[in-house]
Amino acid sequence: MAAASLAASPARPRGGLRVLPAGIFLAFALIPIVALFTGGTYLVSLGSRVMIFAIAAVALDLLVGYGALISFGHAAFIGLGAYAVGILSVYGITDALVSLPVALAVSAAYALLTGVICLRTSGVYFIMITLAFGQMAFFTASSLAPFGGDDGLTIAARNTLAGFPLLRDERAFYYVVLFCLLGTYVFCRALVGSRFGRVVRGAKENPVRMATIGFDVYRFQLATYVIAGALAGLSGFLLANATEFVSPAYMSWQRSGELIVMVLLGGLGSLDGAIIGAAAYLLTEEWLSGFTEHWKVIFGPVLVLVVLFARGGLIGLASALVRRFARG
Amino acid sequence: MADAVLHLEKLRKSFGALVVTDELTFDVMPRELHAVIGPNGAGKTTLINQISGLVAPDAGTILFAGRDITALPTHARAELGLARSFQVSSILPGFSALENVALAVQSRAGSSFRVLGRAAAEAALNGPAMAALADVGLAERAHIPAGELAHGEKRALELAIALAMQPKLLLLDEPMAGTGREETARLVEVLRRLKGRFSVVLVEHDMTAVFALADRISVLIYGRILASGTPAGVRADPRVVAAYLGDEME
Repeated sequence: MAAASLAASPARPRGGLRVLPAGIFLAFALIPIVALFTGGTYLVSLGSRVMIFAIAAVALDLLVGYGALISFGHAAFIGLGAYAVGILSVYGITDALVSLPVALAVSAAYALLTGVICLRTSGVYFIMITLAFGQMAFFTASSLAPFGGDDGLTIAARNTLAGFPLLRDERAFYYVVLFCLLGTYVFCRALVGSRFGRVVRGAKENPVRMATIGFDVYRFQLATYVIAGALAGLSGFLLANATEFVSPAYMSWQRSGELIVMVLLGGLGSLDGAIIGAAAYLLTEEWLSGFTEHWKVIFGPVLVLVVLFARGGLIGLASALVRRFARG
Repeated sequence: MADAVLHLEKLRKSFGALVVTDELTFDVMPRELHAVIGPNGAGKTTLINQISGLVAPDAGTILFAGRDITALPTHARAELGLARSFQVSSILPGFSALENVALAVQSRAGSSFRVLGRAAAEAALNGPAMAALADVGLAERAHIPAGELAHGEKRALELAIALAMQPKLLLLDEPMAGTGREETARLVEVLRRLKGRFSVVLVEHDMTAVFALADRISVLIYGRILASGTPAGVRADPRVVAAYLGDEME
């Protein structure tokens, strides 16, 4: 029997949108070129910000979309990555070769320590306990008086990369972020289709069945939690460099909630959806907040409509349209 | 009883005041098909759950392949070669039938911490999975999402998942539950063919199936073994007829 006919169903549930990832990354790659004509770096900075949150959203989709682990403390890991950059810079360590591994290690370690406890629970308890650990990080950061406390910490300059001030150029920084997002995406795509990812997805569908065929589901979920935490730490490292500022607000539960909204808005369990959701959320914020500071009053009902009428999020809506278009 | 694959010693479990497993001693020999019959509420499923580790007994020991597994978690028992099916089909509805079985193969193969390579395309996993599906007559339906299979097919899939684990002992909790006459006959045929590859504990209400398959039958009533012996011996036992078989055989 040929290998093709032996292949089981694909890990990706949605058809019709195979070219979507290529389209997304092509669009991101072209933004700085478009910005050359509009002048200024506004578009480039906004694009960087979108991609930085997209990295964290893709990581969160691993947990929420593929593992049914609704983490309400994801922002804490972004904050930890950002604070690693900030605190190291206070001590004069400003090279990414040091600060990036530290950012990843700190957020992964916090994910491991808290995940060991959080993953003993499930459902609404899991949501509450991840929220609690997120808030713990938030209040700890708020009370760090030597590092700005509530007010946050201004970073003197962006990190160097092996001594070169590469990240200080807005366009170069943009492409570094794009490279990180692409790496995150490719890694997560491979992960969810791998043996490992199949166990995580199976545990989402039926944990009892997974245990009775011999899987210690907890170990797989913990590893996923640590991976997602580390990727959020990467996002935090980039965010600190983008804004040249770190603040406890990066870790607040509202920020964790926004990340969940991004993933839901784009569509759960597709990775592509997380990127689209992050873009849609941040661009809507940017656009609507130009009219009013109470922009969430408008955004709230839109989100309700998406959740009610487009269960698969924007990506579900798009693939339904593609299908209809292909048929009609 | 040193040779028994499974040996339960004075197993005890109660839910509140209700004693569902009462000082139960029970064993299964290598390659034996040991059927457990009894009325609803006799504690059959609770017994299976205790053997597979989903329910912890209050007292007593469970020996599997000579090893005390009473305190082991479910997944560790599965790793030792204990497979089970569920009375209410317990499958991964969003996965194809093939992937349901391939996961069981993957579990036996170890190395599930691999994060590279598309698992769904691995011939080393899909080959044995296809063989298990063919064993139960589901080869044609391999690529259908398990949640969309017909009831009888889901029962067969449960069996294929258990087979793919290449178990030492297979616990079957009412594998024929809710299946039609033809499906039942087909499943009996499958089990008859597979019998002897491993030991089986079969809990079943369908007496035709039980008497066609069992090497030994134990009758469970109120958490105790009322009688145990060959099919012919159990059928003739007046206590069994009075307590259970009298109704069932009509």
